[in-house]
Amino acid sequence: MRLELRGITKRFPGVIANDAVDLVIEPGEVHGLLGENGAGKSTLMNILYGLYAADEGEILIDGQPVELREPDDAIAAGIGMVHQHFMLVPVFTVAENIVLGVEHTRRFGKLDRRRASREVGELAERSGLPVDPDALVEDLPVGIQQRVEILKALYRNAQTLILDEPTAVLTPQEADDLFEAIRAFTGEGRSVVFISHKLGEHRAIADRVSVLRRGRIVGTADPRETSEQELANLMVGRPVSLVVDKPPGSPADPAIEVRGLTVENAAGTVVVDEVSFDVRRGEILAIAGVEGNGQSPLVRALTGLQPIASGEVLIAGEPVAGRSRKQILRGGVGQVPEDRGRDGLVGEFSVAQNLILGRWDDEPFTKRQTLQFDVIGAHARQLVEAYDIRTPSVDTPAASLSGGNQQKVVVAREFDLPIDALVASQPTRGVDVGSIEYIHERIVEKRDEGTAVLIISSELDEVLALADRVAVMFHGRLVGPFEMPVAKEAIGSMMAGTDPELAMARGGER
Amino acid sequence: MSGSPPPDEAPQGGTDPATPDAATHADQAPERDGSSTATLTEDERAAEIAAADERARDQGTIGLEAGFAERFVAAVTGTSVLVTLLAFVAAFVVGGIVIALSDGATQQALGYFTARPSDTFVAAWEVVSAAYVALITGSLGGRSQISETLVSATPLILTGLAVAVPLRAGLFNIGGEGQVIAGGMVAGLIGFSFPGLPLVIHLPFALLGGLLAGALYGWVPGVLKQRTGAHEVITTIMLNNIGVLTSAYLLSTLLFRVPERTDPISRPVAESATLPRFVPELRVNVGIVIALLLGVLIFWLVERSAQGFELNAVGLNPHAATTSGMDPGRTVMRAMTVGGALAGTAGASVILGVQGRITTGFSAGLGFDGITVALLGRGRIGGTVAAGLLFGALKSGGRSMQAQTGTSLDLVLVIQALIIIFVAAPGLVRAIFRVRAEELTTAQVAKGWGS
Ligand SMILES: Nc1ncnc2c1ncn2[C@@H]1O[C@H](COP(=O)(O)OP(=O)(O)OP(=O)(O)O)[C@@H](O)[C@H]1O
Ligand SMILES: [Mg+2]
Repeated sequence: MRLELRGITKRFPGVIANDAVDLVIEPGEVHGLLGENGAGKSTLMNILYGLYAADEGEILIDGQPVELREPDDAIAAGIGMVHQHFMLVPVFTVAENIVLGVEHTRRFGKLDRRRASREVGELAERSGLPVDPDALVEDLPVGIQQRVEILKALYRNAQTLILDEPTAVLTPQEADDLFEAIRAFTGEGRSVVFISHKLGEHRAIADRVSVLRRGRIVGTADPRETSEQELANLMVGRPVSLVVDKPPGSPADPAIEVRGLTVENAAGTVVVDEVSFDVRRGEILAIAGVEGNGQSPLVRALTGLQPIASGEVLIAGEPVAGRSRKQILRGGVGQVPEDRGRDGLVGEFSVAQNLILGRWDDEPFTKRQTLQFDVIGAHARQLVEAYDIRTPSVDTPAASLSGGNQQKVVVAREFDLPIDALVASQPTRGVDVGSIEYIHERIVEKRDEGTAVLIISSELDEVLALADRVAVMFHGRLVGPFEMPVAKEAIGSMMAGTDPELAMARGGER
Repeated sequence: MSGSPPPDEAPQGGTDPATPDAATHADQAPERDGSSTATLTEDERAAEIAAADERARDQGTIGLEAGFAERFVAAVTGTSVLVTLLAFVAAFVVGGIVIALSDGATQQALGYFTARPSDTFVAAWEVVSAAYVALITGSLGGRSQISETLVSATPLILTGLAVAVPLRAGLFNIGGEGQVIAGGMVAGLIGFSFPGLPLVIHLPFALLGGLLAGALYGWVPGVLKQRTGAHEVITTIMLNNIGVLTSAYLLSTLLFRVPERTDPISRPVAESATLPRFVPELRVNVGIVIALLLGVLIFWLVERSAQGFELNAVGLNPHAATTSGMDPGRTVMRAMTVGGALAGTAGASVILGVQGRITTGFSAGLGFDGITVALLGRGRIGGTVAAGLLFGALKSGGRSMQAQTGTSLDLVLVIQALIIIFVAAPGLVRAIFRVRAEELTTAQVAKGWGS
């Protein structure tokens, strides 16, 4: 199937998300889509998937113009899409989710479970995306949930598969598996549109890369003949440096002290197991690890969101336990939550409102209990300028910003004030290279102001770029911290839990 | 819809279209120019952008993951003005059809429709326009009509706000009825138990008593939700029943009852606790001023204050609110308390301003009407006040419509119900008026400050 987009234009209030975009997706190719945050990648794909109507332009399939008014039309035309936010029913099994809407029923409309399960199992096998058809979706890690999403599209016989930042939630190993599956898929003459901010991935998987800048296609490149640096420059429109230069820090006294911290989940299972470490003012400690090894509960316990089962956390010398969250935060803790849509932003609130989310009742934003809109607006405009947040105005609802720009809103808010401690989870998830450079520089700046910085990241490159010391979390336990430099491979193998040192640390348990 | 009579000019003439609109203006930003932001405002694009801005004020996005409460709040507060207005027009058109079909002359003409269709239309037009004209003149046609409109609107504004405030915190306050009863009972009790107090003490005392009783009655489900997570819809329904039954019992005791009579009617409220009228012969009284002043106060509280910021954040995304150091439980409890206080004041205004004594069933569904009012007001404060005035007009206009044209008062209820159905079902409105989906989506709305 040959897909052609001709002169697609899409306007949103205050922005032209797509500006006369021409794009051809040939059968059998992996077409990479690269562009800064807010460049219009997701919008373009949502148009192709029938979620948005284009203001101008047309879509052709094998030379025939088609009208895609809703996703059902797109699916019928052989287009499948996996969004960054999955749309699965958590209490259904994998098979049920996949056949949902196109299921075979027996008499009295009863779902033919056995048949669904068998078909899904075969499909998974064939397409190199193994998954247990009878597992409940809510029990599956994100990486597998994504497989389910892909299988859902394949089950509907997609000829072109759109993957919007599929690797943002995957471990490197899972990403490799995904690439395998993509190759198998396109080997049969079908095509894939692949969106990612990671230049290396485009070089690994894409046959062609189209670069979007501010809604326009600014170039198409053969990723095998173009360096990452060239791709980055094309995308941002200026030379970007892909490595932060980080002068050595000058660590002082510890501002985050964690002693024998144990955290249990709601079911009473230990998810953080006797973890101890310090983060000193003026240093960056990075905790690496595959997601789901206890990082989230660790962070939640540090900032008072989750009760501590045993052990102690001190921030700037004060115990966290027994204080309200408001007291902890206003006492000088900045936080970048890992799920910005859920925990970091109120989507319907404007950018300006989101920029005061943690300080809404503080002077100067509130005086005599009354919100000071002029101050709030001015504050927002200043941060929007300083952090290069691409938004039509400070009154735009945060949910309508592109993913990366939402992240910048969170970062701008949390970095704006002097703080003792900064706890940042996946601070650059979904952020383009230019902005990663920028956010990393700000993090180093924060460190040099004398903040104790704790970074939680599953992104090895990020850990290597930022850390003064590194630790690894595995199965709720902490390995390290070690002084940098530590070899990338060593961290990688510790993340997989196979390092001998780790085996030693966990020796008593199993 | 080709066969229906042309939509009346009547409903568009005076009251309605202005109201929801005014509400949005009130909600709007003191400063809305985001011109200095770092954006894509190349000069050549400016014009296009302005055009798109106009069109897509109510733009939907693929929502963030949201729970039911959040989606519900977003759906209600996110309904566009356009939908509300269209819902309105649609409700009156369908209402007109109902009037016509229930009219004897039209039914007769319909009998030979194929022979002379024009007769049907003429008959329908006559009865429908007569009914709607009566509705308008009955609510706005003169001093006493306007007075009656304001009298009806007073408690509706308050119970509407009693639903709107918790709604903004993500709560559905079904308990207005019980809170009205609590407020009216206590206000009345104070009103007749202390004869001889001067008005400046007695009236505020009685009003405050009603307010606090309602607040307490709203606090209970609030604190239950905060402490135990008990769903407010369940608890407030239960509290409504408790309120109805308890008040019926109390009215039969000597604490309330007139000693020499046996029927469940309380002693009359003393002159010194009665809401003064502006003109002796018109029933409109200070209650409407109190309701509007409370409206202004609540507008400040919800749209302009730090508390309101917290309230809205909790209603829209409790996770992010918690992460930012807010306290959803406390916010929920406060929102219900404020809602209860407003409904309690509504009860007090009815007893102290209009009825003068407490009877069983004095609340007459005011608490439930409040839900309708708040939904039509899209959960916004200005919109709710406007919707309260409008429903007040419908109520008093409906009475004179029934008197003058024989069209049943129930038609007003039908129209109210239709408005809500159309507001709640934007898809329906969209289908009828063929408005593009993107212009109407309810998920997210580009809102100005304070919304
Ligand atoms: N529903 C919407 N309403 C209003 N504006 C929108 C909406 N969706 C996207 N936009 C705007 O359109 C532009 C393009 O957004 P889009 O999500 O397509 O970017 P993107 O290239 O996918 O960025 P990212 O890499 O950050 O995900 C942005 O400026 C965004 O603010
Ligand atoms: Mg995107």
